[in-house]
Amino acid sequence: MIHASLKELAAALAAKSISSVELTRLYLDRIARLNPGLNAFITVDEEKSLAAARAADARIVAGQAGPLTGIPIAQKDIFCAAGWRTTCGSKMLENFVSPYDATVIVKLEQEAGMVSLGKVNMDEFAMGSSNETSWFGPVQNPWDRTRVPGGSSGGSAAAVAAALAPVATGTDTGGSIRQPAALCNLTGLKPTYGVVSRYGMIAFASSLDQAGPMARSAEDCALMLSAMAGFDEKDSTSLERPAEDYSRCLGQPLKGLKIGLPKEFFGEGCGAEVMAAVQAAIEEYQRLGAEMVEVSLPNSHLSVPAYYVIAPAEASSNLSRFDGVRYGYRAPEYSDLNDMYAKTRAQGFGAEVKRRILIGTYVLSHGYYDAYYLQAQRIRRLIANDFVEAFKECDVILGPTSPSTAFRQGEKAADPVQMYLSDIYTIAVNLAGLPGMSLPCGFDSQGLPIGMQLIGNYFDEARLLNVAHGYQQATDWHRRTPAGLE
Amino acid sequence: MSLTLPEVKRIAHLARIEISEAEAEASRDQLNGIFSLIEAMQAVDAAGVEPMAHAQDVCQRLREDRVTHLDPQGSLRDQFQAVAPETEAGLYLVPKVIE
Repeated sequence: MIHASLKELAAALAAKSISSVELTRLYLDRIARLNPGLNAFITVDEEKSLAAARAADARIVAGQAGPLTGIPIAQKDIFCAAGWRTTCGSKMLENFVSPYDATVIVKLEQEAGMVSLGKVNMDEFAMGSSNETSWFGPVQNPWDRTRVPGGSSGGSAAAVAAALAPVATGTDTGGSIRQPAALCNLTGLKPTYGVVSRYGMIAFASSLDQAGPMARSAEDCALMLSAMAGFDEKDSTSLERPAEDYSRCLGQPLKGLKIGLPKEFFGEGCGAEVMAAVQAAIEEYQRLGAEMVEVSLPNSHLSVPAYYVIAPAEASSNLSRFDGVRYGYRAPEYSDLNDMYAKTRAQGFGAEVKRRILIGTYVLSHGYYDAYYLQAQRIRRLIANDFVEAFKECDVILGPTSPSTAFRQGEKAADPVQMYLSDIYTIAVNLAGLPGMSLPCGFDSQGLPIGMQLIGNYFDEARLLNVAHGYQQATDWHRRTPAGLE
Repeated sequence: MSLTLPEVKRIAHLARIEISEAEAEASRDQLNGIFSLIEAMQAVDAAGVEPMAHAQDVCQRLREDRVTHLDPQGSLRDQFQAVAPETEAGLYLVPKVIE
């Protein structure tokens, strides 16, 4: 039961072979037993979860259940959820209980009837690639407790990989869904920018942030995205598009599909074992009838530099709201208003968040704006244009998600530049605003999961999901689970 | 480029983050490492390229300026102020700024 697909769980709930309360209890017990060794959850509230499960059971009995009603979910602690502590992994929000719900929470819980198991750990304000910047401590990778689960959605990834939840939400600004999915053997999708509402999702870099599902399969991701996506008037960047059934293409044959292989993703810089697994996946796709096309993303080497101007610039503006006045932490002692701001922010933010605020403040300051911020925005255009050209030659783009498998806790913590380079293949997708996925494609010699990345054209999530699904029908990498967590 | 210690302190002041001498020195070295990564961007001649601020070329959507929640009892205000560090009579308290 704990490794069942969302469809199987829905069928069991519909057949009343299990109730939502029983299912929720099963996961809450696993969390109580296994979370202390993983630190995936920041906040659990059994009473609240069981109350939601009882409401879901009532809906099922009344014949008003949707495809996700009664299924438990772990929510990344970046989503405001009414009555739940919402910390964003920061001391700044350690005691913040949200007075309102994010749209993603409304859609998944109130509308679809999913049951929240609690709020999961993350890098502080989603800034990190290892989940080591969380105020609530690092998360352990279920495949190897000495290694990181990736980040920033590291708690989401560890929770699903360890079967503490059947599915989780994540957010992705530079790879924060895809990289932890790769490092924990999950399937994760970052949708086209503007498809999922950002209302109530604590902002990091507003022009890049996008929420998406982290699950065990493309089929589960498709079900989740259908419930998460949709126009929201409360988010000024939400796109006015008709609702979609993202499962509609699942099962279509892949014969004739043109897969673009960007030569820049297959050169130096990627680990040999990762590359070998990705090459094997390419051969599997060829067996399924897909055709490989070499494409080029000539400016992709500029994506990390441009991102580390744009994302910190937006973050420095967004995080100016944390000033100790209306919510969050306030320093206990200060002499005047300016001193209160400076001490509150010095004490409330961790080192990586402060570092990014400083970068952002600098690149937006007088005399540097044109050289850094405007230049980065011009390069962003060049990167996006590369994808437009590439998609004239192919339907989807394939490559590695991360240059390495899960690294050791502490290995990159002291060197921000090395940490930033772990997102080298994922960042360009956010800059362009395209949909991207990571899915399991093998293991290295130490038994650590390897992920491949699939990138689609704008609004092509349904096809992207089918391309992933086709591979998952032919392989079983995504079904493998870590040992010792029964 | 390379940031100096006074520049790091000035940026920290602009960002309203208190920074000690030792933190400023450590930050300077780390920030310079990050800026050397960012420098790769400066070699690109992108003159004439339209800066891209956003993933989609769409106009900012406007909405009607209307009240969405009526709160005659002030209970919503209480709810929102419950998470504030210090309030009194419905007001947020901060240190005195005008003598």
